[in-house]
Amino acid sequence: MINYFANPSRFLKMTEKLLPWLVRLTILFFIVGIYFGLFYSPADYQQGDTVRIMYVHVPAAWMALACYVFIATMGALSLVYKHPLAGLAAKSAAPIGASFTIIVIITGSLWGKPIWGAWWVWDARLSSVLVLFFLYLGHIALSYSFENPSRGNKASAILALVGLVNIPIIKFSVDWWNTLHQPASITRFDAPAIDPSMLIPLIIMALAFFLYFITVLLVRIKSELTSQKIKSLNIKMIK
Amino acid sequence: MNYLGLVIIKDVKLALQGVSDTGMTFVFLLLACTLFQFSIGPDQALLMKVGGGVIWVVALLATILSLERLFITDFEDGTLEQYFLSPVSLVFFAIAKAISHWLTTGLLVIISAPLIAVLYNLPSEIFLPLVLSMFIGTPILSLIGTLGAALTLGASRSGVLMPLIILPLYVPVLIFGSLVIYNAMYGHSYNSLLMVLIGLLLITSALAPWATAYALRQAIE
Amino acid sequence: MQSLKIKNLECNRNGRTIFTGVSFDVTPGRILLLSGKNGSGKTSLLRILAGFMPPTTGSVVWEDKKFTDKRQRELPSVLYIGHSNPVKLGLTVKENLIFWAKIFGHGTGVDAALDQFGISNHSEVPASYLSEGQRRRLTLARLALDQPISALPSLWLLDEPTWGLDPEAVKTLSNLTIDHVKNQGMAIISTHGSILDKYLASSSDRYSLTENIF
Repeated sequence: MINYFANPSRFLKMTEKLLPWLVRLTILFFIVGIYFGLFYSPADYQQGDTVRIMYVHVPAAWMALACYVFIATMGALSLVYKHPLAGLAAKSAAPIGASFTIIVIITGSLWGKPIWGAWWVWDARLSSVLVLFFLYLGHIALSYSFENPSRGNKASAILALVGLVNIPIIKFSVDWWNTLHQPASITRFDAPAIDPSMLIPLIIMALAFFLYFITVLLVRIKSELTSQKIKSLNIKMIK
Repeated sequence: MNYLGLVIIKDVKLALQGVSDTGMTFVFLLLACTLFQFSIGPDQALLMKVGGGVIWVVALLATILSLERLFITDFEDGTLEQYFLSPVSLVFFAIAKAISHWLTTGLLVIISAPLIAVLYNLPSEIFLPLVLSMFIGTPILSLIGTLGAALTLGASRSGVLMPLIILPLYVPVLIFGSLVIYNAMYGHSYNSLLMVLIGLLLITSALAPWATAYALRQAIE
Repeated sequence: MQSLKIKNLECNRNGRTIFTGVSFDVTPGRILLLSGKNGSGKTSLLRILAGFMPPTTGSVVWEDKKFTDKRQRELPSVLYIGHSNPVKLGLTVKENLIFWAKIFGHGTGVDAALDQFGISNHSEVPASYLSEGQRRRLTLARLALDQPISALPSLWLLDEPTWGLDPEAVKTLSNLTIDHVKNQGMAIISTHGSILDKYLASSSDRYSLTENIF
């Protein structure tokens, strides 16, 4: 099936059919998820209503990481199997992943302010996510830095694989750093013990983010393929 | 293996001929430390607290500066293409480059570190752990840096691009390296931290040369 | 006699088609002169044959084995000389040649090679003192080294080798190339119609790359 979609026009046809449904599903899931999150789930006994940020923060974090794994996988596919859409998928997904990390950082900061009293305290989790954000930026910058776009894709594919190996190492090192430097425990705002009434909105929001990712990814790939088509038509016209 | 020696010797010979480069790197190290002192202020207690971290950050910056021109000449004059065609694997070439980079920059950092420690009023019991952590850590910096230089070979504006790419990858070394000094200063054991650094070195030396060779292959196309 | 068969080679870079439908055979014993205007793709063709990049389509076959993947091919061995001169300015002239001789397993003959190209009196001088033309001679001196038996037959890919060379050195080059193909070697030389063509006239065939217009 993967090879079937290597043909750009078949891929474009498929996306034409799928996109309207994906958009509707994404909006639906977001509406349901936010509704549940805001009204139907309990407030936290310690943190009050601020815990509701979790419904955006946590799924965004999951997706930020999943997106990087996706990029690394697509990178590997493009290097090993030279699948033409794989490199394109990685390039298109990177900015989406980067924006997820921004959401994690901003919501994390908002969540933490009432507890910490400051906007940013270099807590372990947020610091790791910040490094992940830089990994994304590096990937994006590298893929656009070459005249020959396929060279950019190949270089950033290698970088993504190296980054993937590094992510657990970075997480490990940041955790160690945090526990050694802050022995006085600052309340880490872990998601409280998950009650089913909290789990359901969380999963709904996770699915919403996932659908959002797929939708925007397909839109980006579609527009990239279209602009490539336009470019090659232009070149033909010049000659 | 004979080949590895040949390539290393040639590279080191050429690198050492730029003795002025090595001198300039040394001056940069001192200069950067001085800048921190000016911006933080002469509060001795504070300087002692940040000293370990500053040394490591400055070592990182010096490493990155000398990575700029690592592959450029070989790329532009066709030497890289010849290595590709030769019986020598590009992996050997990558290893040789990392080694010669370390010999010209990493060693310098190791030697300068105690001097900088004195400038920052760090207690003498940290000298040994400092040098040890640098000794294990700087090869990691060279290996990852070589990979970064290979990835950005031929890119436009690679000046800022390469640091952007490798600095996130340097975070673990930075953290553990500075933690060694931090622990030593407060009398805690740092052996497990050194072990982690050795582990990082092993992982990096196993993976980085292959990724670098792959990236060099891409650059030739 | 085995020959290198090139069929329907096409090269697309950055969305541009550089050449298409290129087919010819390279036989040991004859030199192939590659001609064509600027931009017709001579350099790209030589680089594809060297294995630096894969062709977009088409095949290059030697004894039924695919030739353009360096990992897949053993023989013929490839000696490629491009536009630039891989000369390290910090090493002496002799050290430069010795380095390549060792890496490629050429063994002995460094002094003789330098002599053939008229730069042996500069052997111990840092290469930075050489002029561009002399550095070109140093690069070409590799062709005068003894070829290791294990690397025969070998394919010489020379991209405008006479660039910056004076007539004396061009004569040396042509003699070397003629000797090389007489010993079952193969050679493809891209040319702009210099005196080299005249020297090689009787031992060579021509293939012309035309600029593609779509």
